[in-house]
Amino acid sequence: MNKLKAQYKRILSDYIQSQNESNLYIGQNFIKQLIQKNLTPEDVIDIHKQAIEEIYNDLPESMLHAYDFLIEVMVHFGLMFKEHQSLLIKQEEIRIEMDVAAKIQNLLLETTIPNPKDLDIGMVSVPIRKLNGDYVHFMHNQNYFSVAVTDVVGKGVPAALCMSMVKYGLDTLEYARSNPSYVLEVLNNIIEKSVDDSMFVSLFYGRFDLENNIFTWSSAGHEPALYYNSTEQTFYDLETKGLLLGILQEVKYNQHDIKLNDNDFLILMTDGVTDFREMEEFDSRGYIKDLALSISHLTAQEMCEVIYEKLQELLNFNIEDDFTIVVIKK
Amino acid sequence: MDSKSTVEIITELDIVAARRLGRDKAREIGFNKVDQARITTAISELAKNIFLYAHVGKIVIEKIEVNEKTGIGITAIDRGPGIQEVRKVLEDRYRTPDSVGAGLPAVKRLVDSINIQSKIGLGTKIKVVKWLNQG
Ligand SMILES: Nc1ncnc2c1ncn2[C@@H]1O[C@H](COP(=O)(O)OP(=O)(O)OP(=O)(O)O)[C@@H](O)[C@H]1O
Ligand SMILES: [Mg+2]
Repeated sequence: MNKLKAQYKRILSDYIQSQNESNLYIGQNFIKQLIQKNLTPEDVIDIHKQAIEEIYNDLPESMLHAYDFLIEVMVHFGLMFKEHQSLLIKQEEIRIEMDVAAKIQNLLLETTIPNPKDLDIGMVSVPIRKLNGDYVHFMHNQNYFSVAVTDVVGKGVPAALCMSMVKYGLDTLEYARSNPSYVLEVLNNIIEKSVDDSMFVSLFYGRFDLENNIFTWSSAGHEPALYYNSTEQTFYDLETKGLLLGILQEVKYNQHDIKLNDNDFLILMTDGVTDFREMEEFDSRGYIKDLALSISHLTAQEMCEVIYEKLQELLNFNIEDDFTIVVIKK
Repeated sequence: MDSKSTVEIITELDIVAARRLGRDKAREIGFNKVDQARITTAISELAKNIFLYAHVGKIVIEKIEVNEKTGIGITAIDRGPGIQEVRKVLEDRYRTPDSVGAGLPAVKRLVDSINIQSKIGLGTKIKVVKWLNQG
């Protein structure tokens, strides 16, 4: 400490004499040493005060009082600074934990896109934060292919925890041939029972009968899917009035059938794809329809990627929600 | 050993009285200006908490000498509502941007040891010690 004081005094008196830029440079470098030694602002001011006292032995009393005042108030300043530092360390710990959580979530919710005959399936799902509140679940056997697109209302850790439960709910339903309305009814009861009241899940469930080309779907408050009928050259919204999952017990859901023909396609998505806070007036569904049509010669995966890229550009890379899109082409 | 000095905390003015007494005592014991400021800040936070949460109580200040070591001990005692979660109040909090209080985490930083005893409904006793020529 005494050595530091002497050094500081020398640097300070050099500066007072010549006012060189190099003195200032040396001074700033010296301060870095003090920071490394963990000195607080009030320590630094005290060192300064003592140096000044020694350089000018005729310093008026009042000046010294002024320094004491500064020391006193800087104690607080230093405390705030220390607290800030400790919060930064905590924040870093949390960040590391979140990374681990994200890795675990990726393992838990890992989806492989199936490859049923006569269908081409693509998907893009990008979380806005580390943990994803959207989830896509596929099932596939010889006769049926089924897909669930889900979105937990909310983001981050709570949404992610809830999502794991939805996944296991879907897994236990096991059979790709389950009726979509039945799947929603079972999941609704699970979620209503086990998650707190502020947590809701929207879900679109579709099952494709590979033999008869019938797509049966049901929705619990989910963003309507788009269905392109190539014979009529028209888009339809696949929409029902189904309640979000987790609000009430024993909710009944309706299901509907459509027959898919060659060159028809479906776009399933979460509201992150269509709700843009910055552009409320924007007809995002209209935009997606036009875009999808113009790229419908691409593979389903390419279509998803192009739509994601174009929307990202449109929003200046500021997508504000988990973003999930699934394209199914017949 | 020096006798203890006590300040009853009843009004906000008593916080200033406790500060003054603490600073004088710290100077007497031989703490430098910077440490005097730290000790006073710690007393101030403890007294303010008594004033705010327990309404009345006292601050006891004493010189401590053990095994060649000299220091100052400050004890804040009240029969207020007690502290719910002692461990939590010593952790740094996420502050709202306009909060500039220092609080108990700051007291902990300013001294060498802190001991909190608190019983819900019965009161709180917080003792801090700061040694001379250390930290
Ligand atoms: N003597 C006491 N009796 C009862 N509760 C107390 C006492 N001292 C502190 N507390 C409780 O502990 C909490 C934390 O106290 P602390 O002094 O760290 O922060 P604060 O007083 O809330 O804010 P500030 O940072 O302005 O001091 C207080 O909000 C209060 O609930
Ligand atoms: Mg306080």
